[in-house]
Amino acid sequence: MRLSATSLGWTAGARQIVSDVTVDIAPGETFGLIGPNGSGKSTLLRLMAGLVPRGKGSVMLNNDPLAKLPRQEVARRIAFVEQQVETSDALSVRDVVELGRTPWLSALAPFGMSDAEIVRDALDAVGMADRMAQGWSTLSGGERQRVQIARALAQRPRVLLLDEPTNHLDIHHQLALLRLISRLPVTVILALHDLNQAMDCDRLGVMEGGHLIACGPPAKVLTPERLATIFRVRATTLRDPADNATLFRFHCLEE
Amino acid sequence: MASGVMPRRTALGALLRPVVLWGMPGAIVLVVAILAGVAIGETPLPFSMVAAVIANNLWGAGYDVNLIDAGIIWSYRLPRTLVAAACGAGLALSGVVLQALVRNALADPYLLGVSAGASTGAVAVTILGLGGGMIGISGGAFAGAVLAFVLVAALARAAGGGSAQLVLAGVAGSQLFNAITSFLIAKSANAEQARGIMFWLLGNLSGVRWPDVWLAVPMAGSGFLVCLMFVRSMDAFSFGASAAASLGVSVRQVQVMLIGMATLMTATMVSLVGSIGFVGLVIPHAMRFVVGPRHARLIPASALAGAIFLIAADVVSRVLIPGQVIPIGVVTALVGAPGFALILIYNRRRL
Ligand SMILES: Nc1ncnc2c1ncn2[C@@H]1O[C@H](COP(=O)(O)OP(=O)(O)O)[C@@H](O)[C@H]1O
Ligand SMILES: [Mg+2]
Repeated sequence: MRLSATSLGWTAGARQIVSDVTVDIAPGETFGLIGPNGSGKSTLLRLMAGLVPRGKGSVMLNNDPLAKLPRQEVARRIAFVEQQVETSDALSVRDVVELGRTPWLSALAPFGMSDAEIVRDALDAVGMADRMAQGWSTLSGGERQRVQIARALAQRPRVLLLDEPTNHLDIHHQLALLRLISRLPVTVILALHDLNQAMDCDRLGVMEGGHLIACGPPAKVLTPERLATIFRVRATTLRDPADNATLFRFHCLEE
Repeated sequence: MASGVMPRRTALGALLRPVVLWGMPGAIVLVVAILAGVAIGETPLPFSMVAAVIANNLWGAGYDVNLIDAGIIWSYRLPRTLVAAACGAGLALSGVVLQALVRNALADPYLLGVSAGASTGAVAVTILGLGGGMIGISGGAFAGAVLAFVLVAALARAAGGGSAQLVLAGVAGSQLFNAITSFLIAKSANAEQARGIMFWLLGNLSGVRWPDVWLAVPMAGSGFLVCLMFVRSMDAFSFGASAAASLGVSVRQVQVMLIGMATLMTATMVSLVGSIGFVGLVIPHAMRFVVGPRHARLIPASALAGAIFLIAADVVSRVLIPGQVIPIGVVTALVGAPGFALILIYNRRRL
């Protein structure tokens, strides 16, 4: 599903948090959002999901304006994993993932066998199937993150928005997650901090001070000058003899 | 996708199974509790007589029963027990709804100023003679409750409309209306009036008659149905309103519908029997402990437990001190507070 955002913006008080972001994301594309802390990545994702009240600009899903679609229809198309979520309810892992089925259910279509199967598949995909009965609040940060991703998968969306999904994950699960989303036949937009992982995206968008200042293939976007000005690091590129991939090694630049 | 291809028969089955499995036993338990509530009292009356009197009145069964006993059962104890059940269910449901939507464990039906507004309304009618005798104490209480809620909701909206704002606006509104009530009592009530109002505020079912039943029972019933329709939406609020929106819930619409319903229900109950505390706070937490946090179970369980709890509290309030009725709110708090403490202690490990 194609997601095209036009002039997205949001102001908090007098402060412009996201200004005039226009980006067109092709069906099946994996689009990485990078940028320093506070550059507006999370806010941009929330704007794309239609979750920001009084946000400016418009989002089109294929040919439908997001603002005109009923919330339920939006949730059938877009699933969103926020950076951090909390609950005081004593939910189990299964309960949390079952929430992902909410947009597909109604009084006349109650939770059924096929939904249970989808929930199990989603938990399998993130390697949490054996923890179904465990309490959500007893999970570690990384496990919670994986359960939230399973919840989003159970939504069976066509666009997946992930806000720093690899945070808290151990290295195995980081790589497993990135492999999982690269194989999903859906459009994925994710905010990332690890620039080496960002290299695997189809395209990258660089946020700074609420502006999308660059957008394109990773090799074109991550130039030494940009790394120096935006991320304030000097990068040396290394080559992995195993597969000839390019990697960065970073050195902090002091001003 | 999944919803579309599901065959009709299984969908219907999935709908009916919980009704048969849980609804029937629940209804039976409720009926038994109501019969027990009618049978137990200062003059205990046998179950068979209670059943006979009800049968006589419902379909003219023509059993031979003592007229005085029949009068006690039909005109006094039965309506009282039915209203107790409806109030208990209604208050517990309101508590579940507010706790789910406001995301605050302390939320109870009176959080949004309903009870404070009701007492101001009741006092305005009894002491100031507002309404010129046209509206009774119940009418005044209902008007006060709705007015307080509207003010609180408007204030919360003006403050940004989040759930924290709603709680704070509720606190401010309750304080204001409680102050007005105290002011009115201090300024113009005589001792007799003050005592009467005090008694009413703590909850009192002695004045309940059949017309009250026709208000309370449909109110609780429709509240129950509305809550059942929204169980998935309430679940979706577990991670907050924004997460609910991203799961496809029309947050504003659900909030207006459910909080409005809870307020209407609470205002009706308060205006009929006074502000009975603790039910709306304790029953939902107790039921979470028993059936878990998912609303498909929590809603029916809370409604049933609230009804039974208040029937029991009413019985206790009638029989505890012979010849004297204790305000039911005192009983609910006396039983509820230690019960709540136990839940907190047992629940410690799960949080
Ligand atoms: N509700 C809000 N009110 C005021 N400022 C906000 C609000 N939400 C986010 N911000 C600010 O907007 C900036 C961008 O936030 P965010 O989108 O979370 O950045 P990122 O995800 O890139 O780290 C931050 O400086 C943050 O302080
Ligand atoms: Mg962020």
